[in-house]
Amino acid sequence: MEETKKLKYALYTGCTARESTPELLKSTMAIANKLGIELILLDEASCCGASHLQDFDDTLSLTLNARNICYAEKLGLTLVTICNTCQLNTAMAKDRLDNDEQLKAKINKNLAEVGLEYKGTSEVKHFLYALQDDFGYENIAKLVTNPINDINVASFYGCHNIRPSHLQHKSNGGENSYKPTSLDNLVKALGGNAVEYESKNKCCGFHVELQNPQTANRLSATAMTDAIDNDADVMVTPCPLCHLRMDVQQHNISKEAGREVSIPVLHLPQMIGIALGIPAEDLGLQHNVVQKGLDLAK
Amino acid sequence: MSSKTKKLTIKTFRFNKETDYLPHYDTFEMEVGVDELVLDVMNRIKWEHDGSFSYRRSCRHGICGSCAVKVNGKATLACKDRVHDLVDIFGEELIIEPQSKKRAYKDMVIDKADFWSKYDSVQPYLVADIEEHPEKENLVSIEENEQIDEADYCIQCGACYYSCPAVEVNPNYTGPAALVKAWRFNADVRDDATNARLENLQNLGTGIWDCVKCNECAEACPKEINPIDKITKLHQQTFQKGLARNNVAVKHAVGFKWSIQKHGILDEGELVRYSEGNIGVMKHIPEAIAMYKRGKIVMPWNMPKSKNLDEIQKLVDISSTAKF
Repeated sequence: MEETKKLKYALYTGCTARESTPELLKSTMAIANKLGIELILLDEASCCGASHLQDFDDTLSLTLNARNICYAEKLGLTLVTICNTCQLNTAMAKDRLDNDEQLKAKINKNLAEVGLEYKGTSEVKHFLYALQDDFGYENIAKLVTNPINDINVASFYGCHNIRPSHLQHKSNGGENSYKPTSLDNLVKALGGNAVEYESKNKCCGFHVELQNPQTANRLSATAMTDAIDNDADVMVTPCPLCHLRMDVQQHNISKEAGREVSIPVLHLPQMIGIALGIPAEDLGLQHNVVQKGLDLAK
Repeated sequence: MSSKTKKLTIKTFRFNKETDYLPHYDTFEMEVGVDELVLDVMNRIKWEHDGSFSYRRSCRHGICGSCAVKVNGKATLACKDRVHDLVDIFGEELIIEPQSKKRAYKDMVIDKADFWSKYDSVQPYLVADIEEHPEKENLVSIEENEQIDEADYCIQCGACYYSCPAVEVNPNYTGPAALVKAWRFNADVRDDATNARLENLQNLGTGIWDCVKCNECAEACPKEINPIDKITKLHQQTFQKGLARNNVAVKHAVGFKWSIQKHGILDEGELVRYSEGNIGVMKHIPEAIAMYKRGKIVMPWNMPKSKNLDEIQKLVDISSTAKF
């Protein structure tokens, strides 16, 4: 990062950061402030459809996602997401529109009715990769005042930042979905121990939580017990949907697993904020359901 | 061997269902050339080290789908993936395993009975009343063919199916390969059984809605079919044909539109109630209380709305194409 050039992004918060994971928005804004990154909130944005509206109405979900991107384009900024599922659906819409003139014209006809035009000029990337590729972990490391030494951190990547590769590679620095490294490298930059475990790139089951809770609980149980059995003290995820599953649902996950599944789960910016010495309240740690072990003090 | 060889440690999964209680791994130190495929390495193990090492192979051209395995957990068609490319990802120790360890019969050879029975169950064939000796050809336009061509590339290797975590924990779910095949015929303009196939799919096992949206299938497919995209299209087709059933998953999908229309952003609590109904929603009370205590529940009167909501509402009005 050049000292003279301040990074600036349009922040697409997604819905959960404004509702069930307020700590995600708080901690994102807190670390951006500390790192000197300017985030302009896209208050006009709607829900991305979360892969569910896409099951119902393709044209509608494309139109709404295109509209969201339009507002980042108006600002001339990269659209940054803080939810993996927002990232997938926004990036997928962009990819389809940028590679299909006919489709773009059709969606723009809808957008014209509200005075907007999708051009394709803004990039779409998750905040994790903005930190990795634009800001640089080495520059975060320089600002660490409270290294998370001796803490075993299990990185849980979340599906929609790493798959499908052909789409995600446009914005995730070529992260290999079978051996992702971005979160583990960040943990190391903050002074922590990156836990090696097989399930780090697996699915938490969030998207079938309502219609098939057994599947969701089994998938979470597999991943979380894998992390616990490899001596993790804490899990960290860049996705608020993974967080809702793994932080809020531990009693149901334990029931399905037939053993106690108990571990604190941090949002990505909460972990960074702790290492940067930001007060717990500003990181919204009080909103996490599992409190035990959250302060990362051994 | 050329100077471009690499000295690798290759570990192979070994198991014989007839004689072994537990599997074990054999280790081979090998020099592997830059052009060698995983299949070449498996052949060398069998031909030069241990003739009892078993795996399926046939065409060596990425067509028959026999030689699919996993390398360090990555779905791999052995006759397609270069060993050095895998070294670039995983380093110089590679672990070759069957697609599904719990289905192993002998080494890489697995029992694919569940894969084939699901495949058979979706009417994986064209249903059409076509004259045996028609006077003119049955023409399909390029655009019509484009709807099916990706799905038609399936080589039935099972890479998507044995990478699907939904199938892994919910064996009654039909899974990606069979659903792709169902889409291939449901999108075929010559087929007459689209509605019957959709009804049948919804009756099979746990139905069509248990995809966890992990995109593992898209990642695993050696033919780049993108199975989850076809599953999404099947979901859309159930609405287009008016055959979507009134269940939690369907209400959940529809609920997004309903909620976006009201607030722009999602009303999470209301979406759960809308999807599950007034009684179904009660089972979430323990989580709701835990979340409320932590300030994670937004009350209806504080529900945030997107700025310029009128734009969103207008777009929902003019660009909606599906009904339920």
